[in-house]
Amino acid sequence: MLRFLVRRVLLGALVLLIVSIAVFLIFFAGGDPARRFCGAICPPDRLADVKHRLYLDHSLLAQYWHYLSGLLHGNLGYSFTNQESVNSIIAAGLPATASLALGAAVLWLLMGVPIGVAAATRPRSIRDRLATVFALAGLSIPTFVVGLVLLELLFYQLSVHGLHWFPPSGYVPLSHDPVQWLVHLILPWLTLALVNAATYARLTRATLLEVLGEDYIRTARAKGLSERRVVYRHGLRSALTPIVTLLGVDIGTLLGGTIVTEKLFGLQGVGQSALQAQSDGNLPVVLGTVLVATFFIVVANIVVDVLYAVLDPRVQLT
Amino acid sequence: MSELLAEVDGSANGLPPAPIEGRGPGQIAWQRLRRDRVAIACVVFIALLVVAAVFAAPLCHLIGQSPYTPDRGPHGLSPEGIPIEPSTHHWLGTDDQGRDILARLLYGAQISLLVGVVATVLEIGLGLVVGTVAGYYGGRTDTFLARFMDVVLSFPFLITALALVARFGPSIVITIGVIAFFSWSQPGRIVRGQVLALRERDFVEAARASGAGDLRIMVREIMPNLIAPVIVYGTLLIPVNIVGEATLSFLGLGVVVPKASWGQMLADASNQGLYTVAWWYLVFPGLALLFTTLAFNLLGDSLRDALDPRRGGALRGR
Repeated sequence: MLRFLVRRVLLGALVLLIVSIAVFLIFFAGGDPARRFCGAICPPDRLADVKHRLYLDHSLLAQYWHYLSGLLHGNLGYSFTNQESVNSIIAAGLPATASLALGAAVLWLLMGVPIGVAAATRPRSIRDRLATVFALAGLSIPTFVVGLVLLELLFYQLSVHGLHWFPPSGYVPLSHDPVQWLVHLILPWLTLALVNAATYARLTRATLLEVLGEDYIRTARAKGLSERRVVYRHGLRSALTPIVTLLGVDIGTLLGGTIVTEKLFGLQGVGQSALQAQSDGNLPVVLGTVLVATFFIVVANIVVDVLYAVLDPRVQLT
Repeated sequence: MSELLAEVDGSANGLPPAPIEGRGPGQIAWQRLRRDRVAIACVVFIALLVVAAVFAAPLCHLIGQSPYTPDRGPHGLSPEGIPIEPSTHHWLGTDDQGRDILARLLYGAQISLLVGVVATVLEIGLGLVVGTVAGYYGGRTDTFLARFMDVVLSFPFLITALALVARFGPSIVITIGVIAFFSWSQPGRIVRGQVLALRERDFVEAARASGAGDLRIMVREIMPNLIAPVIVYGTLLIPVNIVGEATLSFLGLGVVVPKASWGQMLADASNQGLYTVAWWYLVFPGLALLFTTLAFNLLGDSLRDALDPRRGGALRGR
């Protein structure tokens, strides 16, 4: 177990190293970062000063080393626009992004898994067909179209009729006002959840169908267990493994920025600040977000592998 | 069951039993597909879409509309600067600049199909080559390539796209490149898994015994066996890539204005809540996107059914 963890962490570190090199190269490919930092009107002496402060008057290798040692100390660099630390910019966006991602994950599990179970327990029935239609629709509709439709129906049409139930945009911190936090997040949660629930329904159906055909399920039925117990305690438990894998990867990815949903609903999260930085040509913030997002994905993958062993005793971590 | 018997002995139309013919896997798949009404509808829709995209310019000329020049007359924008709803002048209404939505949809289909198909071809090509090499050679080559695919899968897609666009500016080449680069490793993994099993088969051994080189075995012996999964997976990748392009364009990272893309039209519709006064601006691009991705997804599912040799013969109804 320990050896497995060490190997996975080393591998994760390697991935981050590769991403950091890629990010560094994007930063330097063509163009002069000092000139961008300095702005449109830039006297030569100021340019030299900026170069010195950004460590740009050293060799490329020395610069990368400087950048990497900064990263190892947890320093992602400084914003081009106001010299604010990238760390604090990303940290400021994390609560909104994490609230959105985690809440949506709970919601899509609550929608997707039961739909998948309902479909798998009665294959080829009407409800199986309906579940398939739901899954296909979810796979075919882009997130932003779902969000726009929800905005039109649940915000605009309701407000036309004088019902202001769901605010269209904004984020209220949980510590500030829990009720407003919840109300502001309902539409974004629904958007993300509807899109993702389709994948989970499809996956649950496929794995559960396979599991329900196995011998131990027949044994469980033969013992006289109720169908409910057979499906949920015996069947779903083995079907959980792929669901947990997907869930881990999805949450890891979303924590790095739910750009589309954040933009649609004006949530000041990690993705929104990266998008803003992109339009300002503020590269350090964008690249810092790439690194942080990769970090979340790497960590999520390790957590998933460990969870495997917990959920499925047959899995040996070596 | 009677249908099945009728099929076998031809007694349905009172003819003497037809002699049993040998049919190739391609013929069987084609027969199954021809009987699948959903699949036929999808093929017809996709064919119409391709025609609309290829002949966008003459079609626009025919209906007397331009995708780029705004209608400065009373049918383009209302005196308040609000888009005009569908009428005999503009069949699907006008957009925020008074341009014809139908014409822009036609030109948008070009972008969607171009990106969807080109990116898919690149992904499948790269995945096929890397997956075959990894699976065929095994050992260190396989370990290295598999790790490499893991690293590619660890990149956060949208955020990295953001970084690249921030650095190099948006263009259709960047769009296709980003989409293809981040999605080839999934088909690569599937191909690798298939090749791992195929290389142990007798016909590969026979080819090697008769003196065929590695390259010949990979291209002439192994790859033909991958055609079915590649066709199915490719068909299912096209809608994913179309959604990818629409999402990038929605975020302003895709095609450059004034070029039309469905995603970018939806972004314009959502700006300043324009969709609340101009429903057609949201509905038509949204439906175009939905029908297109749905058609490809349904066709992919049907193809999977038709090409699956384990399915119970050509007689399975839908």
